[in-house]
Amino acid sequence: MNPKTTNKIAIGLIYTFVAIVVAILISLIGYILVTGVPHISWHFLTSKSQSFLSGGGIRDQLFNSIYLLFLTLCLSFPIALGSGIYLAEYAPKNWITEVIRTTIEVLSSLPSVVVGLFCYLLFVVQMHIGFSILSGAIALTFFNLPLLTRNIENSLRSVSHLQREAGLSLGLSQWKTITGIILPAAVPGIITGIILSAGRVFGEAAALIYTAGQSASIIDYTNWNIFSSSSFLNPMRPAETLAVHIWKVNSEGITPDANLVSSGSSAVLIILILLFNLLAHWIGNRLYRKMTSNF
Amino acid sequence: MKKYNLDESFIYKFDNEKAIVTKSVNVFYGDHQSIFNVNLAFPRFSITALIGSSGSGKSTFLRSLNRMNDSIANVDGNIMYRDVDINDKKVNVYEVRKQIGMVFQRPNPFAKTIRDNITFALKKHGIKDKEELNERVESSLKEAALWDEVKDKLDKSALSLSGGQAQRLCIARTIAMKPDILLLDEPASALDPISTAKIEETLKNLKSKYTIIIVTHNMQQASRVSDYTAFFHSGHVLEFDKTAKIFTTPKIQATEDYISGNFG
Ligand SMILES: Nc1ncnc2c1ncn2[C@@H]1O[C@H](COP(=O)(O)OP(=O)(O)O)[C@@H](O)[C@H]1O
Ligand SMILES: [Mg+2]
Repeated sequence: MNPKTTNKIAIGLIYTFVAIVVAILISLIGYILVTGVPHISWHFLTSKSQSFLSGGGIRDQLFNSIYLLFLTLCLSFPIALGSGIYLAEYAPKNWITEVIRTTIEVLSSLPSVVVGLFCYLLFVVQMHIGFSILSGAIALTFFNLPLLTRNIENSLRSVSHLQREAGLSLGLSQWKTITGIILPAAVPGIITGIILSAGRVFGEAAALIYTAGQSASIIDYTNWNIFSSSSFLNPMRPAETLAVHIWKVNSEGITPDANLVSSGSSAVLIILILLFNLLAHWIGNRLYRKMTSNF
Repeated sequence: MKKYNLDESFIYKFDNEKAIVTKSVNVFYGDHQSIFNVNLAFPRFSITALIGSSGSGKSTFLRSLNRMNDSIANVDGNIMYRDVDINDKKVNVYEVRKQIGMVFQRPNPFAKTIRDNITFALKKHGIKDKEELNERVESSLKEAALWDEVKDKLDKSALSLSGGQAQRLCIARTIAMKPDILLLDEPASALDPISTAKIEETLKNLKSKYTIIIVTHNMQQASRVSDYTAFFHSGHVLEFDKTAKIFTTPKIQATEDYISGNFG
């Protein structure tokens, strides 16, 4: 075979594979949206869910998903940022660092049910935190940390070595060089990592069943007192997220419109993830421009 | 490659005031020694070129002069600057690098505005006064012969500059620190001839205020811009003299072969 034909075949194969991936993706998302979107209404988004009657909404689940993401990022981002900076910039090249890296790798590949049960036993039962958003956020932090740490480390590493030399040669300390020059240049990569981990948080169900719980407790959106048990902001209350709701409605839902609720919720979840993607990109771009004035 | 006697060298001792003096400097990358017993005294307010073939240790030596080899290589010996041995581990390296600035082979402006490229380090070193900062931006850009080209777009990203402009911005950024000595490692090797000529012009104008040490593999460049030249070979300095002498009547065979292109 001459090189030209080989090349043609290779390109053909690559296009075919890409087409397969895109087709699967489009048909999945398309199916979910087509079956779910018709059920989305203002009423569906703003009323609470029903256990026995039809006409239930997903207001609380929607809010819980977003709030859980927020709490999870609050817990995991600072830790991941610190460890990412350490691994990328300070960690000596020795076996201890390698052990740390391997541990992070292992942590990221643990099955979510196992992490969920572990967090259930440790935080919910042993530490008496109970089924709560906080327990859920801690469990999700376990998944998030490795992902984010890896991502931040790689984003920092991908900033050119020349930038570091430039900073140091101007008499700046390593720390000032990292925070003032390297980190701003790494923002786009870090945003991508946050988006990936957010998808995971929105979509996770197994680990949350044992930690954040499956009950939609009565919550009051006018009560801003974070310590009040009925406040929507109280992190100690049990909270069913959208993903858990979908699972529950599908597995034990007895309302007449269980199917519709599940399709609608799925569509909302997908739209939520897409919206978060766009929002994060937008914020990331603004941040990057502000820090680097690169436009 | 021809074998040259590395023990035979000619290092001229000038009487001028010295900016920086190295005494028995040896540099090691792990077990591998890259610089052997270099004793050089760089005259103030002049341009000294470091020439020699690739891998002869020019960059390694240059980077030792402002401690950029810290944590990369082991530098032995004394580097005397204003009666202080700046190679002493107890010396404040950040202060050293403020006094002895460096410009690298590849232009490396920060992903910030042109103005911020210059003011970023100044602010971190405690200069907060707006007037002072603006003054430094303007004067350093003028000294680097870049002012006219960028004065209307100081708040645009530095990444929009051409390679030659970016390199002059890096020079401006370095002299805005008001250093004493300027180290340049092949600052024009990634640039086109016109940009190169501009950089060379800039350097000639700068030597009234700074001591400049420039690595170059371009011999025409060395002869055009420098007052003194040091010839490096296999980590040894084989000859150091006035540039005019080096290029007309070199004392060492290796130098002669190198400048006449009969090397290796
Ligand atoms: N970071 C490094 N680690 C190990 N060896 C190095 C490093 N940098 C340079 N060297 C070695 O030191 C010698 C001199 O290199 P260098 O100073 O870059 O030469 P030049 O600038 O004259 O081309 C070479 O043998 C090179 O392989
Ligand atoms: Mg070099």
